[in-house]
Amino acid sequence: MEILVAILLTVATAATPLLIAAIGELVVERSGVLNLGVEGMIIMGAVSGFIAGYVTGSPWLGLLAAIVVGALFSLLFGFMVLTLATNQVATGLSLTLLGLGLSGMIGAKFVGVPGPKLSNLYIPGLTDLPVVGRLVFGQDPVVYLSIALTFGVGWFLFRTRTGLTLRAIGDSHGSAHALGISVVGYRYLAVMFGGACSGLAGGYLSLVYTPQWTENMSAGRGWIALALVVFASWRPWRVLGGAYIFGAVWIGQLHAQAFGIPVPGQVLAAAPYAATILVLVLISRNKRLTMMNTPASLGQPFVPDR
Amino acid sequence: MKKLLFALSAASAMVLVAASAQAQDKFKACFVYVGSHTDGGYSEGHDHGRQFLEKELGDKVQTSFVENVAEADSERTFERLAREGCNIVFGTSFGFMDPELKVAKRFPKVLFEHATGFKTADNMATYNARFYEGRYIQGQIAAKMSKAGLAGYIVSFPIPEVIMGINSFILGAQSINPDFKVKIVWVRSWFDPGKEADAAKALFDQGADIVAQHTDSPAPLQIAQERGLHGFGQASDMISFAPKAQYTAIVDNWGPYYVERVKAAMDGTWKSQQSWEGLKEKILVMAPYTNLPDDVKKMAEETEAKIVGGWNPFTGPVSKQDGSPWLKDGEVSDDGTLLGMNFYVKGIDDAIPNN
Amino acid sequence: MRLELVKRPQRSMLFSALSPFIAFVLTAAAGAIMFALLGYNPVKALGTYISPLTEVWQLHELAIKAAPLILIAVGLSVCYRANIWNIGAEGQFIIGGVVGSIVPVLYPTYESWLLLPLMMVMGMIGGAAYASIPALLKVRFNTNEILTSLMLVYIAENVLDWLVRGPWRDPNGYNFPQTAQFNDYAILPAIASSSGRAHIGFIFALVAAVLMWFLMKRMLKGFEVRVMGASPRAGRFAGFSHGKMVFFAFMVSGALTGLAGISEVSGTINQLQPVISPGYGFTAIIVAFLGRLNPLGIVAAGLVLALTYLGGEAVQTALGLSDKVARVFQGMLLFFVLGCDTLIHYRIRLIGAKAEPAAAQPAARLEEAH
Repeated sequence: MEILVAILLTVATAATPLLIAAIGELVVERSGVLNLGVEGMIIMGAVSGFIAGYVTGSPWLGLLAAIVVGALFSLLFGFMVLTLATNQVATGLSLTLLGLGLSGMIGAKFVGVPGPKLSNLYIPGLTDLPVVGRLVFGQDPVVYLSIALTFGVGWFLFRTRTGLTLRAIGDSHGSAHALGISVVGYRYLAVMFGGACSGLAGGYLSLVYTPQWTENMSAGRGWIALALVVFASWRPWRVLGGAYIFGAVWIGQLHAQAFGIPVPGQVLAAAPYAATILVLVLISRNKRLTMMNTPASLGQPFVPDR
Repeated sequence: MKKLLFALSAASAMVLVAASAQAQDKFKACFVYVGSHTDGGYSEGHDHGRQFLEKELGDKVQTSFVENVAEADSERTFERLAREGCNIVFGTSFGFMDPELKVAKRFPKVLFEHATGFKTADNMATYNARFYEGRYIQGQIAAKMSKAGLAGYIVSFPIPEVIMGINSFILGAQSINPDFKVKIVWVRSWFDPGKEADAAKALFDQGADIVAQHTDSPAPLQIAQERGLHGFGQASDMISFAPKAQYTAIVDNWGPYYVERVKAAMDGTWKSQQSWEGLKEKILVMAPYTNLPDDVKKMAEETEAKIVGGWNPFTGPVSKQDGSPWLKDGEVSDDGTLLGMNFYVKGIDDAIPNN
Repeated sequence: MRLELVKRPQRSMLFSALSPFIAFVLTAAAGAIMFALLGYNPVKALGTYISPLTEVWQLHELAIKAAPLILIAVGLSVCYRANIWNIGAEGQFIIGGVVGSIVPVLYPTYESWLLLPLMMVMGMIGGAAYASIPALLKVRFNTNEILTSLMLVYIAENVLDWLVRGPWRDPNGYNFPQTAQFNDYAILPAIASSSGRAHIGFIFALVAAVLMWFLMKRMLKGFEVRVMGASPRAGRFAGFSHGKMVFFAFMVSGALTGLAGISEVSGTINQLQPVISPGYGFTAIIVAFLGRLNPLGIVAAGLVLALTYLGGEAVQTALGLSDKVARVFQGMLLFFVLGCDTLIHYRIRLIGAKAEPAAAQPAARLEEAH
């Protein structure tokens, strides 16, 4: 039992950065924009979060800085694809390239110094409860935040008028524009929300997961987050489930190894992507499912005619 | 505006002239890194060596480096350095071996040194450190300090260098506690703080109270610190990340070797060789023994002195994992077997992954 | 005040020609500012950056670096013209390298003049077959090819990783993750071995670019690609099949990418390693755009991108700048190129406080993807 709790705690930490980045990208994609710059935004969040946390000594300020920088960095992407109507795929890739380069330059002086770490929640009495205590009341604050974020985005997209509008834009920007909705305006906000989330995910890496800054410490998590959004067929709660499944598979195989059970490393590494393709096939083959799930305008540039 | 441009170009021309004048009378040593020179781990270790070289030889030597060189794409980098007047080129990653060798054959007047490989030429030497010596000491410390009699070991890929380290660690541990066990987790990366942290958590959750690592980030030590448990640093002294958790660390110390080889190259005594030095030559050093009781510290220092005195941790009797004899009593393993090591010694209940 | 795009009635020939140059000037200016901020003489730094153009051996290196970029981007340009979004070239490159290497790895002693052509053909088949997966999924199940082709990249990486660490590992290589070195019959010959190491992979790239230019400009198939890209509906009226077009585009691009993969393995690396591409498949996407999806433009664009890599190394060794500078430089170049391309299709105008006159002309909704 003890070990199961321990595993679950570790899974939560592994899943949280994926979940946060994916929830952000989900909103972006729901608005019809595909931002392949997630990896670049995560790493920018990681470096700026670490620096702010290190300088101020406060991991909270660090996380705040990560969010702000993530959002600002995504604005560059937003300006290109929304105002200048550039190709989203190429622009997103460029953003990743730029982020990996810039973060390395900015962070060079902060390699090899330990930073502040956000501590786990501790509520006397509750956290000490057997089994559920640490699981429910003993995680780090960002874990709770990520679940609240999932709930909030789910509620926003499917229960509010603004959320409905956002999805309508993602499904058909032409019709939404014809109805007098500011397609570009909504998309700017969505892109910035995505950037803020990716930034937070990066800050989580450098301030909670492993409180340090090193180049490329995002280590491909941005791409997994992109896969996750699709794996979850653009549904927030499924993103949550998917992130925890991805995390559990990863942590589970580490434990299997420690028990002396050999694991096929490459198969497991490729599994999230194969699973994503499978899910995509399953939802795409059925027109109705596709309509319900996939933002139809995804990746297509839009320029309002006046 | 025109004036400004003129001034700029004149200034740059002067800088160029000055630079080329300098280049002529200085000996040029160049380095190729697989990672970034600020990666906080392996490549940074080599860069410290480069800086040490500059400090030691001062004006007589000029150094430069190229970082983040993809192994499959590295031949050009070596070619560039050979053509740009480098007198000696250090390729610091195993994957540079074949490209570096090809360039070495094309540039017989330039000297090449390749870290951790096994191919040489008249103008290409190899160098490596006997990291396993330090791992033996770590194994002894682990066996002394572990209450559980169980250590976790985080590893990257099953190459001989890594297998050798695991074996040396367990031999050291068994010399103290014959029943000592080690749990091994492969994270399939040399450097991914998140994955390394996850692996450390898994190992601690399964009862290990000490973690050793053959990956480059201080993340496992940070986890050990958090949990009040212990571990060993890798490649550099990681004490600042885990002041209460680190017992010691294997610190890469390439500087003295670089000085020695560059000096040899400058006075014409450089020869191709396969250098594989250890604690004795200080190519690796143990970070200060900390968080340890005096008797364990003393034991570690004694073992270190013994190794410096010429004793090899791979001295028989040693059996292979299946119990078949490998080294007879007093027999010392030859270097070839170590460099191609693909078997575990007795006491490890695990199998080497075959991919 | 805000920016607004006004669609031009037709592509601006002026900006078609000018936009790459505007982008270069902007990049150079931004680069100069960056160098100055880092405390380096901008003129000297920029000069060092383009210094690889002044030496013969570096021109060879430029050709080596540009060859895979051009080959891949030429293939991608067909896809993108047809409005089909293959972004998984990195995976097709890897599989091309793997399939092309089957014979030299499994039969290392097979020495014959037939070996190289066989490897090249197998590499092309491998790349095309791998590219046909997202094509099949799109045609059969209507999946989004951007996402499937991207996911397949990571699967391909793991296939290669598994092969070189497991079954294909060099038996005499001390367990290090790489195959044995190929024999001489499996290595692409150099173009002019006396002056540098460029191999005929670069010739493949040039031939492919010219052929593809001819196909797109002069042949019915090229017309079909462009029609289907601009408006699938119009294409259907003309009797073109969208499904066939998807397969055609993916397989052409996969075959060229596979050829790039095996050429790189055979001509440059001479063996398989866990990583055989420093991101060529992704960089080529940028090259395709920089070359304005025109095969001849792509040749120039491939050379420019190759120069940014080589220049990045030059500033590292000559000035001691970090390699991050090169990455930032590339990132900026791409942003400026993409931004300037907007000028080809649109006029940009600032909308201020004062009222604007009625729109000159209602613009058609932009279906085009570039």
